[in-house]
This record gives sequence, structure tokens and C-alpha cells, in this order.
Amino acid sequence: MKFIKFTKKGIYCIPGKFYLDPWLPVDHAIISHGHADHSRSGNKHYFCHDDSKAILKHRLGADISIESMGYNQTRIINNVSVSFYPAGHVIGSVQIRLEYKGEVVVFTGDYKTQPDFITDPFESVKCHTFITESTFGLPIYNWKTELQLQEQLQNWVLQNQANNKTSVFLGYSLGKSQRIMSLIDGIDKVYVHTAINNLNNAISSSGIALPETTLLKQDFDKKDIQNKIIIMPPGLLGSRLLKRVPNAAVAICSGWMQIRGNRRWKAVDAGFAVSDHADWNGLLSAVKASEAEKVYVTHGSQATFSKYLNEIGIAAEELITDYGDEQLASEEKKDNSTANV
Amino acid sequence: MKNFSELISAIEITNKTNAKIDALVNYFKVAPEKDKLWLISIFTGKRPPRPVKSNLMKQWAFEITKLPEWLFLESYSTVGDLGETIALILPDPTHKIDKPLHVWMRELIALKPKSEEEKKEYVLNAWAGLEMQERLIFNKLIGGSFRIGVSKKTLVNALSKLSGIDANQLMHSIIGNWDINKISFEDLINGSHINYDNSKPYPFFLAYALEKELPELGQPEEWQVEYKWDGIRGQIVKRNNEIYIWSRGEELVTEQFPEIVENISKLENDFVIDGEILALKDSAVLLFNDLQKRLNRKNITKKMLEEIPVGFYVYDLLEWNGEDYREKPLEERRRTLEQLLAKPFVSEQLKLSEVIQFKKWESLIDLRENARSINSEGLMLKQKKSGYHVGRKKGDWWKWKVDPLTIDAVMIYAQKGSGRRSSKYTDYTFAVKKGDGLVTVAKAYSGLTDVEITEISRWVNKNAIEKFGPVRTVKAELVFEIAFEGIAYSKRHKSGVALRFPRIKRWRKDKPVSEIDTIESVTALIEAQ
Ligand SMILES: [Zn+2]
Ligand SMILES: [Zn+2]
Repeated sequence: MKFIKFTKKGIYCIPGKFYLDPWLPVDHAIISHGHADHSRSGNKHYFCHDDSKAILKHRLGADISIESMGYNQTRIINNVSVSFYPAGHVIGSVQIRLEYKGEVVVFTGDYKTQPDFITDPFESVKCHTFITESTFGLPIYNWKTELQLQEQLQNWVLQNQANNKTSVFLGYSLGKSQRIMSLIDGIDKVYVHTAINNLNNAISSSGIALPETTLLKQDFDKKDIQNKIIIMPPGLLGSRLLKRVPNAAVAICSGWMQIRGNRRWKAVDAGFAVSDHADWNGLLSAVKASEAEKVYVTHGSQATFSKYLNEIGIAAEELITDYGDEQLASEEKKDNSTANV
Repeated sequence: MKNFSELISAIEITNKTNAKIDALVNYFKVAPEKDKLWLISIFTGKRPPRPVKSNLMKQWAFEITKLPEWLFLESYSTVGDLGETIALILPDPTHKIDKPLHVWMRELIALKPKSEEEKKEYVLNAWAGLEMQERLIFNKLIGGSFRIGVSKKTLVNALSKLSGIDANQLMHSIIGNWDINKISFEDLINGSHINYDNSKPYPFFLAYALEKELPELGQPEEWQVEYKWDGIRGQIVKRNNEIYIWSRGEELVTEQFPEIVENISKLENDFVIDGEILALKDSAVLLFNDLQKRLNRKNITKKMLEEIPVGFYVYDLLEWNGEDYREKPLEERRRTLEQLLAKPFVSEQLKLSEVIQFKKWESLIDLRENARSINSEGLMLKQKKSGYHVGRKKGDWWKWKVDPLTIDAVMIYAQKGSGRRSSKYTDYTFAVKKGDGLVTVAKAYSGLTDVEITEISRWVNKNAIEKFGPVRTVKAELVFEIAFEGIAYSKRHKSGVALRFPRIKRWRKDKPVSEIDTIESVTALIEAQ
């Protein structure tokens, strides 16, 4: 690879003079999506997809210098052509395609190959160099289809209602919450925590239609929410707010819930393997479809996944980045502080 | 198997015992008769021998998935459970098999003597006909522990809630001798095969930690002081030539300690005594770690019996020849006990807990400080006039434990937890300085918060020196304060010392590795005892 360099600030495009999802402040950052570990504060200029713009402003401040473009558009930056392709991870998430002197690099950010009801579905892009995430890069991770998940979640809510329980889903404000909203849409009234509501407003302001939800007020009336559905960030597990929910049945939605030990670790009432990341076969199919000569594997099971790719004849190398842990990065802390006011 | 699968899902997710009990009760209400008996059988360890070796199952899973062995092992170390790993990596089912639990069990018993080819055909067909969770259960029915936190006590409490029958009686019933092919569920829980009058235990009396100055307790001569032993609190019931050992958790553990039963059988009279089950060798109390090696084993080998002999220190007398003694004062109960255990019997493996003679309160201070040297964890103070109460009650009995010892050590290995914490690094190995290098002194896996564990797991991922297999060697950088109950010289440990009950007291983010303890400063703690 001739024009990309891995530096301690992040993935750097040498001729383009910009970084992709840098983890230390830089002048020009191109951002794959709005999760805290991929879009950090302190950069001078941000460039992202149209659907992420309002999310970034909401998260990083209305005064940041930010530009955006849609799919099927190209921007030339210092002779490097930059274009965006859907990553299917969260609303506004893209794979970043860079082309310079006939050489093509694709940086996936985070992605999910399986379609859902709310994000633009993942598109494979052919390239010479493919930089892929590997959050769930072990063969034990195989997701159910969206329809199966829909049935699973909806049945759980209905069963809770039959037992006079209020269904509480824990999911990160960006991505998981909107996904849960789409999966349970139509069965009953859905309340969302302030942090999620604010993010939903930001998303809607860019003209994206979301399922209907109601803000869960801090001083909610227990009668109103009994037997209904609530979505709140995972940081609120154990909070006073959650304790006030009458007869709560709590579910965590995360790819990690595929493993029994993880389902039990948080001691909640249910764990659903709803993931915003590609599963094992999703990662493999994306790598194969890229037809890349060289694959760089970032955050997750990078050692395992790159070793396996090499064994099946795909040249791969692991790349240590500062991504991952969107679960525990600033987003959760921020949600927490909002919750405790 | 749908009922059973739903039961397991409901139980495994929760850590609330009441939720587990409710799930069990619901199951008992709807499950077929034979399934109920099998469930009790499985959760009390009465299981048929494993029909298929786990290695074969692993081999067949490789064949189906065409995955390399190292990748399978990597997956296994993430999941922490073989049956679950296999269930997760197999492709989606191609057909649907629905059979009740007892039919699966019957088939698995019949499978045992069959040829490897026949076994393979059967197992592969089952795998291809079951969903992930059912597949996991099927693998567990073949062998292995369900690890879902259902103790015999939980099971018994569920049966009690269902039937209204006393939980301890049910404990005796399910532990007792019964044949799944000859008994009905009704008869089993009604205890038609046992005589509960012979085993019925009393509730334990438990002490609070001392929260006063010694002189505030009154005159020294009003108190009986004994060492506090750290084994398993137990109650031995001997009536009509039957002997039962109950643990404090109200489980019957008689079969685990044949040597105690043998010694008790030499005594005359009927009685119920309270005391401590301890590993006792050459008149000395061994560490709890040693006793632990004897627990929950299917077979106790002769070698085990020789290496870690178990005995019983008697604390109290609750019943004497049919008479309830609990309201009599302690000093009177003690006198009768002395008579019971009087010479010529007296065995080193079954004896009275020694009463410490003292005149002034001050003299107890040193005794407590030095308790560790005999593997005791402190002192027990009991009012001589006290009755044997039910449960916890303040005032009559106090426990006065030794403060834990601490050292600062550096983490050198991290391992993923099994079961409930399998995606995080939760088990750590710690070292102290030895010359220019480091030497391992302890393994510990408790004492940190979820947030700290998550932070450390993240650090381990970035700082692991080698990246495969379950154990990660990490840069010696993170310093922790390790607390432990005791320390002794040990030839089995490379460092030459063994810590008792090591646990993480706190993460010393403020301390650099250069300031951790040395093996010399650690050894000095033994001398100081
Ligand atoms: Zn993300
Ligand atoms: Zn990411």
C-alpha cells in the first residue's frame, strides 16, 4: 500500500493529508460514523456522510467545522478521490473508499452485512487494500435474521405484558436504540430516555424517518409506563431511574449476548444477540467480496481473524488501533451523567 | 425438549434465586412425570455415565465446520465451555427434532454400548435437528455440568414451594436411595422411601462480627472462648443408627465424608451436634484450599482419603437421646458433650473444639493475632449462659476474626473467566520481585468492580505478549494490593510460599512496579506471625 500510513494518531492518507477516524486530534478527519470511538472531539475539520452530520454536531458541539456528502458522490482532496458506501452499522455509517493513482483503499469503519429495517444496507466495494473491523471475528458468532430477531423481541414484550411487566431494553443511544425501535415498532407505546430522544431528534433533523417514540420524563408517572416499552442506555443499569420503573423486565441487546456467560454477567432478565457488527460469516464474505490483495484487520479479534485469513490464502495483517469499546467509551459516561441530573 | 430448554433459558439468565425457583415450579407444573424425575436426577448429580467422549464430539465438530483446531480452541477459550462452543459453531439445523427429556435420556443410555460409528450417526443427526440452545442442552445431557446456578438447595426449595412439603425433608428424599424406573414423582417428594425423623436437622445459630471492646462484654469468666475454624460448618444427626451430615447451606453432604461417618458410628447414644468439617492431618488443621479438593467429587479415591483426611471439631450439642437441648445453657450443653466425647474414644479426627483458658481480656489479643499460625481465622466468643438460637442473633455469640494481610504485587498473566464472565479477563496471576526478576505468588479473581474488569480487559487486549490460547502473558505494569488470610512456607510453590485466600483488595493505579513487594518482604510475613 503506497499512500496510507498507520500512525499513532490514526490511519493517515499521505497525499490526501487527512486521517480516517483519528483517535488523537488532527487537522482533517474523515469520519466513518458517529460512535464515540470513531469520531472523537478536538479535530479542526470533520468530513462525513450527510446522515452523520447532525449526529456529530449533536455529540461534539454545534460549532465544529464540518462538511458532508452523500453516497454516489466523490470529493477530490489533494488528488485523492474520496467516496462513501453504506456500512449497515448505524444510521449514517459508511465505508470510506479512497482512490489515488489507480490504487483503491477501503476503510470499513464498523459494519454489518446483514440488512435490518433502519440502516442503509451494506454494499461490497472492490479494492486493493481492505481495512476491516473484527469485533465478532470468531466462528461462534452467527446472528439470527432480522425477522427472527423481530419475533424474539416482540414475543418477549408480549410475554412481559401477559405477566404484568414493563419491558426495558438497554441499548446505546446511537445505533442500537434505533434498531430496537425498528424491531418492536407497532406493538405498544415506546418510551425513550433523554439521551436517546436527543439523538433521535438530531437524526430526524436530517430528514430520516424514525419509528414513533415518547420521551421518558425524569418524573414519569408509574401508571403511564406500566406494561409499556422503555429503551435506555446500558449505563443506566442499576440506576435510580431504572429502579423506579414498575415491575421492570430488563433485556440487553448486544452481539456479546450470543455467549451464555455474557448473558449472565450483567444479571438481567433477558439477553438478545442483536448486533450492529458483522458476524463471522459476514466478515468473511465482506473480505472475499472486496477481492483485496491485502487486508488489514482492526479492533476486535484482529489476531485470530488475520491469522485465519492468511491460512485460507488471503494476505492479512493485524492493526492495533484505538477503536472498540464504543460500549464503554465516552458515550456511556455521557448518558450516565445526563441520567443523574 | 421445549419445556426443558425454556426452563434452562429462564434459569441461566437470572442470578435471583427466587426467579430460578419460580421457573422450576412452573416446569414441575407442566412437565411430563418422567421428565420431572430426570430433572431432579440431573440436578442432584445422579446421572448415567457419559455415552460419548467429549474428544469425539470435538472431532466431529471439526469435521462438520472444517475449522482448524487452533481456531476452535480460540473459540473455546472465549466461550469457556466445550458443549456450548460446539453448539455455537455448528451450522443452522436442517430439520426439527422434538422429543421429551426422558426420551433423550433413554436414548443416551442406550447409546453407551454402541459402536463409534453408530454414536456419530446419532449425535450428528441430533445436532442437525436442534436449535442452538437445544443443541447446547443436548451436549450437556451427554455430559458436563449445566452450570446454571441451581444447587440442590434451590431445587428443594422449588419442590417445597410446589408441594408445601418441608425443604429439609425434600433434601433427604432427593438425596436418598431411589430408582428412576421404580418411583413416581408423587412418592419421591412425599418421601415414601425415607424416614425423615432420622435425619431432620435444626437451623444453625450464626454469630455476628464483634463490634464492641472486649471489656464491654462483661466478666471474662462469663464467656467461653474457642478458635474460629475455617472449614465447612456442619451438623451431624445420629438417630436410630442412621447418620446424616448437613452443611450450613442445608444440603446433605454425608457421602462426601465417609471417615466422619465412620468415627461417629463408633459413638453410642443418639444426638445432634454442631461443628466444623476440617481437613485434619497429624493433629493439625490444613488450609481450606486443601479441604476444597475433597468437595463435590463423584468418587473419593483411597489416595485422596490418605492425603487429605477430613475430620470434625465439635462445637455444640443440639439434641441428646431425643431431647432438644437448644434452650439449655451453653455450659450445660458443653458438659454433656464432654461426656459424649470422653475417653477412651477421643480421636484426633473427631474431637471437641478446644476451650481457651484465660483470666484477663487482654490475654486474648495475642492469641487472636497468632491464630493464623495454626490455620485458624480468629476467635469465637460465646456467652456461657446462651441458648442455641435460630439464625443470626446479636449479643450471645461473637466472631472475632484476624485482619487480613496485604502485599503489593504486579499482574503477569490474565485469563478469561469461565461462565458468567467469559468475555472478560477476570482471573489474574500476580508476582513480586525476586532479584532482578519476578516470581509468581498468587492467583486471584475476585475483588474488582465490573468497570475495573472491563478496563483491565481492554488493557490486556492491548498489552498481551502472546495472543493465542486462554492465558495471556502481559507486560508487568499493573499493580494490585492483594489481601490474604494467611501465609505459609510451601515446597509446591515456586516462590516457596503459599497464600491463603488471596483476593484483590484494590487496584493501585498510584503505584509503579518498582515499588511492589519483594519475595523477602513477603517471606518476612511468615516470620512475623
Ligand atoms: Zn461503531
Ligand atoms: Zn468500532
